[in-house]
Formats: sequence, C-alpha cells, structure tokens
Amino acid sequence: MLLRHTSKEITERSALTINPAKTCQPIGAMYAALGIHGCLPHSHGSQGCCAYHRSALTRHYKEPVMAATSSFTEGASVFGGQANLVQAIDNIFTIYEPEVIAVHTTCLSETIGDDIPQITRKAEADGKIPKGKYVIHVNTPSYVGTHVTGFANMTKAMVDYFSESTGQKIDQINIVPGYVEPSDMEEVKRLAEMMGVRVVMFPDTSKVLNRPQTGKYEMFPAGGVTVEALKTTGDSLATIGLGTLASGPAARALDTKCGVPCEILDLPIGFKATDRFVDTLRKTLGITVPESLNEERGQLLDIVTDMHQYFYGKKVALAGDPDHLIALTEFLVSIDMWPIHIVTGASGKKFESRIRQIMKDSPYPINIKAPGDLFLLHQWIKNEPVDLLMGNTYMKYIARDEDIPLVRMGFPILDRIGHSYFPTVGYRGGMRLLEKILDAMLDRQDRDSPEESFELVM
Amino acid sequence: MKALNKNLPLETEQIDPQKVKQELLKKYPTKVARKRAKQIIVNKVSDGQEMPEIGANTRTIPGIITQRGCTYAGCKGVIMGPTRDIVNITHGPIGCGFYSWLTRRNQTRADGPEDDNFMTYCFSTDMQEENIVFGGEKKLRAAIQEAYDIFKPKAISIFSTCPVGLIGDDVHSVAREMKEKLGINIFGFSCEGYKGVSQSAGHHIANNGIFKNVVGLNDNVKEGKYKINLLGEYNIGGDGFEIDRILNDCEITVVSTFSGNSTYDQFANAHTADLNTIMCHRSINYVAEMLETKFGIPWIKINFIGAQATAKSLRKIANYFENEELKQRVEEVIAREITEVIKVRDEVRARCEGKVAMLFVGGSRAHHYQELFKEIGMKTISAGYEFAHRDDYEGREVLPSIKIDADSRNIEELEIHPDPERFRPRKTDEQLKKLQDEGFRFKDYDGMMREMSDRSLVIDDISQYESEQLIEIYKPAIFCAGIKEKYAIQKKGIPMKQLHSYDSGGPYAGFRGAINFYQEIDRMVNSQVWKHIKAPWQESPELAAKYACD
Repeated sequence: MLLRHTSKEITERSALTINPAKTCQPIGAMYAALGIHGCLPHSHGSQGCCAYHRSALTRHYKEPVMAATSSFTEGASVFGGQANLVQAIDNIFTIYEPEVIAVHTTCLSETIGDDIPQITRKAEADGKIPKGKYVIHVNTPSYVGTHVTGFANMTKAMVDYFSESTGQKIDQINIVPGYVEPSDMEEVKRLAEMMGVRVVMFPDTSKVLNRPQTGKYEMFPAGGVTVEALKTTGDSLATIGLGTLASGPAARALDTKCGVPCEILDLPIGFKATDRFVDTLRKTLGITVPESLNEERGQLLDIVTDMHQYFYGKKVALAGDPDHLIALTEFLVSIDMWPIHIVTGASGKKFESRIRQIMKDSPYPINIKAPGDLFLLHQWIKNEPVDLLMGNTYMKYIARDEDIPLVRMGFPILDRIGHSYFPTVGYRGGMRLLEKILDAMLDRQDRDSPEESFELVM
Repeated sequence: MKALNKNLPLETEQIDPQKVKQELLKKYPTKVARKRAKQIIVNKVSDGQEMPEIGANTRTIPGIITQRGCTYAGCKGVIMGPTRDIVNITHGPIGCGFYSWLTRRNQTRADGPEDDNFMTYCFSTDMQEENIVFGGEKKLRAAIQEAYDIFKPKAISIFSTCPVGLIGDDVHSVAREMKEKLGINIFGFSCEGYKGVSQSAGHHIANNGIFKNVVGLNDNVKEGKYKINLLGEYNIGGDGFEIDRILNDCEITVVSTFSGNSTYDQFANAHTADLNTIMCHRSINYVAEMLETKFGIPWIKINFIGAQATAKSLRKIANYFENEELKQRVEEVIAREITEVIKVRDEVRARCEGKVAMLFVGGSRAHHYQELFKEIGMKTISAGYEFAHRDDYEGREVLPSIKIDADSRNIEELEIHPDPERFRPRKTDEQLKKLQDEGFRFKDYDGMMREMSDRSLVIDDISQYESEQLIEIYKPAIFCAGIKEKYAIQKKGIPMKQLHSYDSGGPYAGFRGAINFYQEIDRMVNSQVWKHIKAPWQESPELAAKYACD
C-alpha cells in the first residue's frame, strides 16, 4: 500500500498537518503575476521559495515559468533584504527587460519586516527603475492563508497599483476570473464575447501558460493583461469577481478605490453557477443571451439527462480550494451526486456553512473540515467508502490504495495534461467535467462488471 | 560579433569560446559581469597547462534567475527525503513541506508490506501567524507527540524553515526533550533556507546530523565478505536498485546507502563497512572523511554512470579488497553485462555520433553524465554545476586553497576523533602503501574540468539568460538541466533532458541504466517530432494562386 500507515482510527490532531490540501501564499502571487503582460514575478526571500514555486507551476503547466529571487543569505536575513532587492531590480530590468516586476514577500522577509515600498522608492531614487516601467508589490506571508490568499492579494495589488478613475466611463466590464486555469480564463472571456461584452480580465494567464510549440521561446509572451488595460479598470461599468476568496478582495478594492460596482459570484462550474454568471452579465448590461449560448447550455443538460443513471446517488470525496469546492459541490448535487467527504486546506466557517446549505437535502451525513488535510480525508473514506474521488494529483495515492476512480481537478495536477487547454468552467467546461466523470466511472464499471453483464451500449 | 551570426550554420569548432564568454557578459551590469566572469571559464587542461580557477559556491546574484534552491531543499529534499522509515516533520509554514513532498522521484522499496514507509507522507507543523509571533516550540512538541501516537516510528527528524531560525525556536532542545520523553531517536536540523548560498549547505547539515545522531548506534555486523557503503547515491528513477543488482551479483555487500532507498538502521550500521565508495562527491565527501577519521574506513571515488565507468568502479572495489576470487567474479559480471550494452551502444552511436550536448546540473551529474554521452559519440561542449564547489570542478588538490567565506562558516564543521573502541583501520600502512604503489588511488577526485576538452565552456550557477544565449550560439542537439529550465529550452525546439529527476525515465546508472540512457538520448535527439513544428504554409508561404480570384 502506498499510504500504508493511514488507519481507520481517527484521532484529534491540533498541531500536525499530514498530507496538506493547500500550499503557501507566495505561489499564488507568482501565478497571478504571470497573468500581467510583460511581468516578471519576483520572490523576496530565500531562493528556495522561488525555485519551489517555479518547479511546482512548471510541473503543473508543462510550460516555462520565469521568476526571480532576492536570494537571501544569512546576512540579508539579519540586516534586511534592501540591498538584495535593489540589486535584483537593477539586474532584472537590465537583463530581462520586463515591463513590470511584481514583488511578493515570503515568510522570511515578512518575519524580518522588510518594507517593500520603501525599498522600491530607494531603487527608484537610485535610478534602477527605467522610465515607464513598474515595480509593484504585495505582502504574502506564508504563515497566513493559502496559495489562494496569495493569488487574491496579488490580484488586489494590481488594483492598488494601476486602477485609475478618470471620471469617464468606458463601455467594458472587469472580470476577475479566480484562481483557475488559463483555459478557464479563456473560456470566461469567450462566454462574455459571445454576449457582446467587452472585458478586461485580470489576471489573465491564457496565452501565457498554455503557449504553442513554435520553435521560439519568448519570456514575455503575447498573453496577460496589459498595464494600459489595468489602468482602465477604474473606468469600467462594473466588476464581476468569480470566486469569493480569490477574486473578492480585488473586486471590492476596485469599488472602494474607483467606485466601480462589483458583483461577486461563484466560479462558473456547472450549469447553475454558469447561469448566474451569464444572467449577471445580461442584467448588468441589459443585453440578451444569444441563441448560441442557449445551445451550449442545452448540450450540457442533454448529457446530464442522457446519462443521469450513472450519476444518480453516487458518493464522492472532494479536496481542493474553497471557491472550487463550492461550485463543484453545487454542480454534483444538481445532477444527483453526493459529495460526502470534503476537505480544504483553508480555514473558513462561511465555507462550511455554504457547503452544508448546498447539501441540505443530502440523504447521507457529510464530513467537512476546513482546514483539513488529505490524511483525514483518506481516513473518512476508509470508514465510509465513496464511488469517486475528485481533487489534485496527490489524491491518486488514495485512489490506488482504495481502488476508487479519480477525476483530477484543482492544483496541482502533475501527472496529466489537459487542464491548461480545456476548461472546467462554463457550459463547455461542464461538459468536459461530465465527460471526465463518466470516463472514470464507466471505465471502472467495464473493468469490474461480470462477463455476463459486460455492456456494449452504455 | 560576426562569428556568431545566427543565420550561419557554423560548426561548433569555429566558435571562439572567449568571444562567447564576452557575449554572455555583455548585457550584465558591470559588477554582475565582473562576478560572472569568474564563474564562466574557458577550459584549458591539456599538456600541463595550468587549469584556470573557477568561482564556485559563492552567493547567487539577486534577480539573475538562477537554477539554485535553498538549504532546506538540500537537507530535507535531497539527503533525508529518500529515507523511508523516519518521520520527517517540516517545522514551518506549509509550503516547504508541500513542495518537497514526493517531487524528487527517489524510489524506495520496503522489505515487506508491514515495514515502515513514510515517503508518501508529508508532515508539517503548518505554522500560523500566532506561532511566528509567540514562538512555535509548543506546536512542534505537540506535532511530534501526535506523529508518535499515530505512527510509532523508530525515529523522527525535524527540519527548520526560514522563520524558525529568525524567531529563535530551538528545535534541538525540543528534539532532546521529546527523545527523552518518547524513548525513540528524535533529532533536528537547523537547515533554514537562507543558511548557505545553495542547497549544498543543506546537504552538509543533513549529513552532519545523520553522522552525529545516527551513525554508530547499531554495532551488528552484516554478513558478507566485501562490505561497502555507497555514499551520495539517491536512487532517482531506480538508479540505486540497478547498482544494488550489480553489486549483489558481484557478491559485494552494501551495508548502507546514503541515502537512496535507505533506512534508519542502515545509517546506524554504516560504521561496520570496510570501504566507503563515493558517487556524488559534492554532497557527501565530508561524510567519508569523518567515517575514516572516526572508524578507520578508507574511501574511494567511484562512478556508476556510464558503462565503462561502472566497470572501472567495480574493478576498483575488487582491487581494494585484494581478493582474486572477487576480481574474477567482477570480471564475469562485467563480461556478462557488457555484451548487450555494446550492442545497443553501437546501434545508438551510429545515429548520435558528433552531436553536441550541454549539461548544467547538480554537483556531480554534469560531470558523470558526460561519460554516457561520450559512449554514444556525443561531445559535451559546455557544462557546469548548480551548487558545486571548486574541488568538484578542479579536483581535490585545490581544497587547501579554497577560501572559507562567511557563508561557508555558517555550516557547522564537526570535530571528529577516532572512536576509542571502534576505530579499526581496515588496511595496514603496508597494505595501503602497496596498493598505492600499484597505482590505486584513495580519496581521488580530479573534478570535472580535467575530463573536459580545452575550449569547452565551464559555467557555474548558470543563469536563464546565459542558457538562452548558449543555445542560440551553439544550437546543441540536447540540453540537460532541471524542471525549471525544461520548457523554455524545448520551446526553442531543443530537446531538454532533466538530469535531476530524469523526467519520467531511469534508471540510468549501471549497465542496464546505460542502455536506458543511450535509448533515451537516441529518442530525444533523433526524433521526428521536432521536425513537425512548422506547418506546411509556414514552411512555404508563397501562394500558388490556383483557386485565388481577383
């Protein structure tokens, strides 16, 4: 057994996390910063943080992930990292020539209390920031929140640094897409475009972390939201934030800073949440939903009704980020599947009550832990088995030990491709999710059914 | 620089490495260029020329985009990661433990289904803000207790992350206290990420910790006529399994491996071996030194990467034991294995001969893997280490001249004396002298540069910028580095082989490993897939205008 020491007996733990269902803030900040056009993320701390984040993101996307580091040594940890950061800014602008350097802190620089704006001012005074170029920053102490917090904070920093209100409204809306894949960001933009809506999406990692093979490497590819576009977000008609945790802070900051009204919705996973997104666009902008979109919705519902017998009553165990889990749970419940064990690495009472509310008609008792870990999830599964697992690649150890099919979703996915190209949001994304769920469950049925009831037509 | 015109299909030989060096430095700010100039060396080793000195194990330049990781990564990830039956608790915020969880591909095989294997688990104290403000010792103590209660391991180790050192948590005193309380071995590592200039510092801290806290605790002598330790072998992709297979066939007993597929008891027993063999000189040569001083076990450098190197290493071990039967056995094993190796090698060589490779990885791998490339006729024209020291480049003879700087002084040097009871020289002075007179070399490592040709570029701690420039200039057939470099290189249309994790491949050590590597490189440098990148209309954009209308 791969996880041979995981037993059914659950003991209360107050100090030891085993097999986490989260990682730390800075990686989320790095990911978000990659969604600014021409931006080089910069990790202000030991070089290991940067190496780890780049490695994890690279393994997940199978794409180049560039970022720089202040490379703290013991001296910098004692005397502060000013000299390191000023030198880094100079080197980065000289050697790599980005438009923006997006600095995020680490537990090291947070613990010693480095003041990034002060250091940036020093770099500017020393002439290390070329004219027309930017250094932005965000505080991302690793001992607070999760990777989603880091994403949310860096996204909010984009508003803090760039959004301007000229008093002249522009016929466009802002969409903060949440901590989702480049493919998801692309899909959300496509949905808005189908409705004829002009969108500024930030961050936007599409065309950054799902680049084609062209025989050429560009450190700063075509994608990402431009600084010019970010500046205009203060003049947009409205902001839609997708996912409370990941997008709420930026959407609200825009409201506070520039008076752009915001609506914070769930991630558009499944038809109900996608309906709410589409309907919000419709109502906010007073537009009609095009027939082509009704058709996509209908195709998704067609799969649901055609294959309902395979979904009905199935029990699922989920691990992931709160924004994803809320929308995913709603989707599963809406097709009569029942998540019975749910963990997330983030802490959150609101999360738990929201899930319980979605699950209020569940015929089964449910286990929820926030913050929980995969060790606990596995113990729950041992006590009350499920038909399907959904979560990141680390779940495959549970899947194999317990012989349960797994649909990979969330971060990180280290052993399969697809997430960077094919979305799980929107109606199309819902169709893809159902395809994946059916493939996993029906392959299992084909493997396990007795010869006499092996089905040709399913 | 005309010679480097990208449009000219120049032969590598025509490229002037000095000019390349200048090209690499041109864009850097003056101070950076001055520092990098010491770390970029045009090799010069033939005919008694004086080998140039390389700058290595110095601070990374902030912002340059380095390959390097941190001390914690070296300690927890590299050295202690491959040991299966110690519960490794990361004391810190969640990230460090998360990123070092199962990501290095060091394989392990527990003896039976009931035996401990914690490698699939990640243990962390997941420090929160209140632990940073008020101290994390209490949480650490509780975490150790919980780990003990749930898993009952034979040992627990604790790894300090950056904030732990800053807030002054004393992991060592917590370890001592809990060791006393629980009656199992518990020890801590002060491997905060900022401790050194690279992961190399972490290797040192880990090895010192194992030497201090575990080695020598078990005096049971394993059965076997020829007992060795294998130091600096991490069983990436199953390398260690292949080496074990070969050694086993030679009837050579491996008492302990540091640290691929290892167990706590192997470490505890290491002092009972009669020879230490070193694979990765960088990460562990000092452990061999300590084992010799304390227990009288001599050490030699060996290398199981490359079929010839493997054969040479086996012969060297056999010569050390001075036993004709063993020498005979080793020759039989080599003869048995080499036939298939040569068959595949020659087949692959016909397709790879003359192609050019670049290797920027590790503290030994950039050197060792040149052997395998050489065997299939490929030339390494540029190479460098990520975290090695000068002796790994220039050979151990430069050791006395290496200046100890402030960063190196941070790493504890253990003061080792002969063990009053257990020090036992494995060879008499006469035996040693006889062996040496016959040409046998102990503590021998001549470094990477001596085995590379003149004019090759040796680059320490290569930057992203330099990698890209090198590729543009030399257009190598293959580039070897790590995961962070992989896809930027491949986007340029150059196959990139990871030599930390081997991508999904391996083993590449020993005889079967050599075959795997030849075939892998053949696949990579000769595959058609790289030729499909351009669409037909990109290859020939002119229009025939057959169906075009006005």
